[in-house]
Amino acid sequence: MTTLLRTEDVRKAYGGVHALDSCTVEVEEGSVAGLIGPNGSGKTTLFNVVTGYAKADAGHVYLSGKKITNVSPDKVFALGIGRTFQLTRIFASLTVLENMLVASRNGRSAARRHAMEQLEFVGIAGHHAALAGTLSYGQRKLLELAYVLVADPAVILLDEPAGGINLSLVNHIADRIRELNAAGKTFLIVEHNMEFVMGLCDQVTVLDSGAVVAAAYLGEDPDPEDADPAEDE
Amino acid sequence: MGSTVMRTQRATAGLALIVLAAAAVAFPLVFSSPVITNYAVYALIFVAVVSAWNVFSGFSGYISLGHAVFFGSGAYTVGIAARDWHVNGVSVFALLPVAAAVGAVIAVPFGLVALRVRRHTFIVITIAVFFIFQLMAANFSFTGGSVGVAAPFLPWNPTSFNDHFYYITLGCAVVAIVIAVLVRRSRFGLQLRAIRDDEDRARGLGVRTMKVKLTAFVLSATVSGLVGGVWFLYLTQVQPPSGYDPLFDLSLVLMAFLGGLGTIIGPVLGALIIEPGQLYLTIRYTSGYLSEILLGALFLLVALFVPRGIVPTVGEWVKRLRTRGRPAVEAVPAPATASPPEATGAPASEARR
Repeated sequence: MTTLLRTEDVRKAYGGVHALDSCTVEVEEGSVAGLIGPNGSGKTTLFNVVTGYAKADAGHVYLSGKKITNVSPDKVFALGIGRTFQLTRIFASLTVLENMLVASRNGRSAARRHAMEQLEFVGIAGHHAALAGTLSYGQRKLLELAYVLVADPAVILLDEPAGGINLSLVNHIADRIRELNAAGKTFLIVEHNMEFVMGLCDQVTVLDSGAVVAAAYLGEDPDPEDADPAEDE
Repeated sequence: MGSTVMRTQRATAGLALIVLAAAAVAFPLVFSSPVITNYAVYALIFVAVVSAWNVFSGFSGYISLGHAVFFGSGAYTVGIAARDWHVNGVSVFALLPVAAAVGAVIAVPFGLVALRVRRHTFIVITIAVFFIFQLMAANFSFTGGSVGVAAPFLPWNPTSFNDHFYYITLGCAVVAIVIAVLVRRSRFGLQLRAIRDDEDRARGLGVRTMKVKLTAFVLSATVSGLVGGVWFLYLTQVQPPSGYDPLFDLSLVLMAFLGGLGTIIGPVLGALIIEPGQLYLTIRYTSGYLSEILLGALFLLVALFVPRGIVPTVGEWVKRLRTRGRPAVEAVPAPATASPPEATGAPASEARR
């Protein structure tokens, strides 16, 4: 497998707080990678640095070997990295379909058709004409996933996709991720729901205080010489 | 069934538009009094300029209190160009594109500075730039200082003078509304509205926000500059306090908020209500302050009772009546039915590969 996304010795501090400290994370192409760790361990900060929402103080971010450190969010998206947020961020005053079209680069009719396909895929096509602000929290999660898919990104960063939603919707989202991954999409997922992570991810990286403390490929046979604290738990 | 309803709605809307257009064209023929047509001309000037303002501020959510800069500069441009280039008679209307171009040229550096910040800071910067222009107009010699600039004489019969301007301002209003409609329906308009909801999220979805905002700002300034030129020719003079009038922008904001910020019809409705009312009070009570006091009071009433404006509020009432007893949006979809046929629906924990 080749490395699609890589952060190398990334550092980020807010005042005296080191949110990321020499953080190196690799995501293999075609994999579902999990990023776990306690609150404040730097998971979302790493997402922000990768997607251009925060500037790295030091270190680099690479996508397919190309350096994309501190590139603006619109360019990062154009390069093929889409993301969702821990607290869903949708365009509340636009309709569901209009939300989908914001990220689209196709012509009008092709864009609408593609957007409707994605809405069908996540299961909220019936609400395409509703204002996004009227959707429930779970539906917003699905919408956020759908409009990231519109531009067909190479790698998708999901920040707590299972957070704050019921079990059936968690399973629904997991199924969608699995199908997309089978179709070749690469994922990096921040999640506190360990059942969700262990059921979905090929590789897991553990962050603490901004640094990687463990990393493992879940599909491999455990090596007693290289015990992984994450799996021990 | 649905398409039949849609066709009927479209036909009704088309018919209403034709009736409205016919009424607008026939207005000065029916109401020939210059007093009435004077009201109509001012109302149409504000319909045009508030629609232009709405293209930027209404769609993007960046509330500009500096559009008087473009309006006043358009007025001064026509006046100074006519004076210095010795343009007389109706040829002076050929200078209107220059007024529009000056509005656009000013908007580029203005926007590059102001659009780097958001919300209240943006508003403060627009006010600051506005006062810079007012002070420059009062102090530069080429602007005529505090005396201002007078317009060249138009060789029109005084009895039909207002009628000419009625049709000119009607044309400006139609152009501004059509631009607003086209922008709102375009991908560019969608990106502006996405910026209004969550600018950072829009950036994360590939929207080049600075470029989109600046384009809308320049487009809005272009129309404002042109309308400012028409206003100057109608008023026949411009001075710093009238060209760069702080009440101008407050009126625009109130018109848009009263009618419905970001809608097409709302700001038009606001202009048609507020401008004639303001003009009537100014003419009726010559002290001049009453209209300003009432304008402020109206602002408070709108903010308290119709914060979203007339058009969205009435639209919501109509929707409530139509959907009475039914939820506007159904509950969370059942994942099993929403999944494609090949989806297993198995719990995540059971599906580890």
